[in-house]
Amino acid sequence: MIKTTYAKGKVVAKTGNEVMAEAMRQIAPDVVAAYPITPATEIVQIFSQFVADGLVPTEFVAVESEHSAMSACIGACAAGARTMTGTSSQGLALMWEMLYIAAGLRLPLVMAVINRALSAPINIHGDQSDTMGARDAGWIQIYSENSQEAYDNMVQSTRIAEKLQLPTMITTDGFIISHCMEVVEILPDEDVKKFAGEFKPERYLLDIKRPYTLGAIDLQDYYFEHRFQLADAMNNAIPVILEVAQDFYKTFGRKYDLYEKYCMDDAEVALVIIGSAAGTAKVVVDDLRSKGVKAGLIKIRVFRPFPAKQLAADLAKLKVVAVMDRADSCSGAGAPLYTDVTAALYSNANAGLPLPKVVDYVYGLGGRDIDLDHFHEVFARLEKIKAGGPIGPVVEYINVRK
Amino acid sequence: MASLKELAKRPESFTGGHRLCTGCGAGTIARQALFAAGDKPVVVTSATGCLEVASTIFPFSAWNVPFFHSAFENSAASCSGIETAYRSLKKQGKIADDIRFIAFGGDGGTYDIGLQSLSGAMERRHKMLYICYNNEAYMNTGIQRSGATPRGAHTTTAPTGKVKTGKDQNRKDLTAIMAAHDIPYVGQTAVGYWNDFMTKVQKALEVDGPSFINIIQPCRLGWGYKPEDTMVLGRLAVETCIWPVYEVVNGEYKLNIKPKEKKPVTEFMKHQVRFKHLFKPENQTLLNEIQVEVDQRWAKLLRLCNEQPIA
Repeated sequence: MIKTTYAKGKVVAKTGNEVMAEAMRQIAPDVVAAYPITPATEIVQIFSQFVADGLVPTEFVAVESEHSAMSACIGACAAGARTMTGTSSQGLALMWEMLYIAAGLRLPLVMAVINRALSAPINIHGDQSDTMGARDAGWIQIYSENSQEAYDNMVQSTRIAEKLQLPTMITTDGFIISHCMEVVEILPDEDVKKFAGEFKPERYLLDIKRPYTLGAIDLQDYYFEHRFQLADAMNNAIPVILEVAQDFYKTFGRKYDLYEKYCMDDAEVALVIIGSAAGTAKVVVDDLRSKGVKAGLIKIRVFRPFPAKQLAADLAKLKVVAVMDRADSCSGAGAPLYTDVTAALYSNANAGLPLPKVVDYVYGLGGRDIDLDHFHEVFARLEKIKAGGPIGPVVEYINVRK
Repeated sequence: MASLKELAKRPESFTGGHRLCTGCGAGTIARQALFAAGDKPVVVTSATGCLEVASTIFPFSAWNVPFFHSAFENSAASCSGIETAYRSLKKQGKIADDIRFIAFGGDGGTYDIGLQSLSGAMERRHKMLYICYNNEAYMNTGIQRSGATPRGAHTTTAPTGKVKTGKDQNRKDLTAIMAAHDIPYVGQTAVGYWNDFMTKVQKALEVDGPSFINIIQPCRLGWGYKPEDTMVLGRLAVETCIWPVYEVVNGEYKLNIKPKEKKPVTEFMKHQVRFKHLFKPENQTLLNEIQVEVDQRWAKLLRLCNEQPIA
C-alpha cells in the first residue's frame, strides 16, 4: 500500500491507461479527437465512456485517422477549445506533419502518447522510438516511469502547455505501464480542476468580433522570426515546467523535477535512463549500494526541452556514465538520449567542467525485457572502465541476438 | 437571392489585394461564397493551395472573417475540429454567436490527398459546407494531373509527347461520391453562374448537417486561355454538358441549368492550350471518345434528374 501525500487523495488500483483517462476526465477538456491504436486505444475508449455517461462536457470526435485526429485537435484548439488526444507509434508517425504545425502555430494541445515500437517489422510493444522520432517537432515531452507519474504528469500538462503556448506530450511505456495495474493515488476531481484552471487563449478563431488569419504563409521575410520565437519559447520553458511542478508539490505533496536523481550524491558510476526500466535499474542500484559500489541513476522526466545545463553539471561529478536508450536513431553514432547527453556534456566542458566517460546502450526495442542481470552487466562494465579498463565499443546493444 | 445591386452594397469579406492571377476564378468563388453567407458570421478554413497562398501572405490577409489553414489534405478535418469546438463551447455557454463553417479546397486537396479527411468529416455529420474549387489539376505547384483532370488534358505530369496524348484516364465523379455519403446537400456548379453558386451556398449553409459544393473553376494558366475568358469557359463547360449544373437535396437529384442546345465538347476545348493536341487529325478518335463519354454521363444524369434530353 502506498502512502498518500494528499489528505483527500484516494488510493486505487488502476492501469496506466486508466489513470491517464482519469486525469483527462478531471481536466474535462472541451474537445477530444482521437483514433484507436494499440496500446493507447483504451484511453480513447475509457474517455468515450465518460462522454457517453455525461461525466464530462467534452465533445468527442472519433475521426477516421490519426492525421485527422491531430488536424481536428489543431482546429479545435485554434478555435479556442482546450483540446486533448492520445496515440501511439504508427499513429504518432501518421501525425508527423501535423505535430510540427501544432507547435509552429503555438497551440497548447495535450497528447497522451503510449510509447510503442515503430514498424517494420510491425510490433505493438513498448519502446520509445515513436516519441524519440518526434523529439524535434517543437513539443514539450514529459516521460513517466509508472502510472502515478503518468497521472501526475497529465494533471500538470495543460498548465505547462497553456502557459508556454507549446503542445505537450505525456508518455508512458506501452503495455509495461499502459496495461499494468498499479496502486495509484488519484486526486479529488475539484482539486484537479482547480489546479488545471481555465483555458483562456489570447486569440481564437471563434472570437468573430476580432477575426484573424491563422496559418498564413511566411516567406523569407518572416518564417525565420516565427521559428525563432518557437525555439525561444522552448529555450525558456524550463522555469515554467519547474514552477508548475513546484505548485503541484505544494498542493498535492509529490515532488517533480526535470529529472530524478537516485543515489547521486556521491555516485561515481551511473545510468541515465527514461521510463519504466528505471524502476528495475533502481533495484540494481540499491543492490550495488549495499555492496559498497557508488552507483547512481538519473531518470529523465523532461526530455524536451532537454535539461542540458543541469544534467551536464550533475554528470560532471561522475567518473563513468551509461546512457540507456530504448530507441535507436540509426545514425551510426549513438541513440537519441546518448547524443543529447554527450552534446550537453561537451557544451559544459567548454565551460571548464570535467568530462566523465560515457557509453551508450540500446535496449528493449519492441518490448524486449531488460532485467536485473542486464543492469548488473552494465554497471560491472562501468566499474571496469572506472578502474582504468578499456572503454570498448561506445554504442552497445544489450540482450539482443547479434 | 439578392440582386447584384444589393450584393454590391454588402461588406467585402474576401477583399482585394490578394495575389491570385489575373482572371483567376478562385477569388471570385471565395468572394461570392462569403457574400452568400450574408450577415451571419462564418469561419473559413482552406487547404494548402492557390487560394490560401495567394490570400494570406504574412503579414497580409485578404480575409475579413476568421481564416484558418494548416496543411494540404486536411481542410475538412480542420474545419470539423473548429465546428466541434464551437458545439462544445456553445453547449457550455462559453460563446453566444451563431456561427457557420466553410472549408475550401482545390481539386488536388479534395479529390486526391484530402478525400479521406473529407469523407470522414461528412460521415461524422459536422455542420459545415465544403467547397471544392476545382480547376482540374495541381495548379499551385505548376499544373500536375489530379484525379479531377479530364482525359486528354495536357499537364506537366501527364504531358503530351511522342507517344502520349495527355492524361489517359477520365476524372472520377467526386460529386457523386459525395452524394453517396447521403448528406443533406450536394451541389455542382461552375464559375460564371453567380446566381446559381450563391443560391447553392445559401441552401448548403441552411441545412442541418454537412454539405458539399463542387464548382469548376477555369484556370487561365493551367488551361491556357486569355484571362478575360474565365466566365466564358465556365459557361462553355456547362453548355457542352461536360460539367452539368445540378444539386442533390436529401437524395433527390435536380438539374439546375439545362442548356438550350447541347454544344459539342470541342466548343469548350478549342479555347484551351491543354487540349490543343487533340485537334490534330491523328487524335480525332480520342476526341470522339471524349464526346461519347460526356454524352453517356449526361444521359445518366438526366435519368437521375428525371429530365428529358435536350431537343
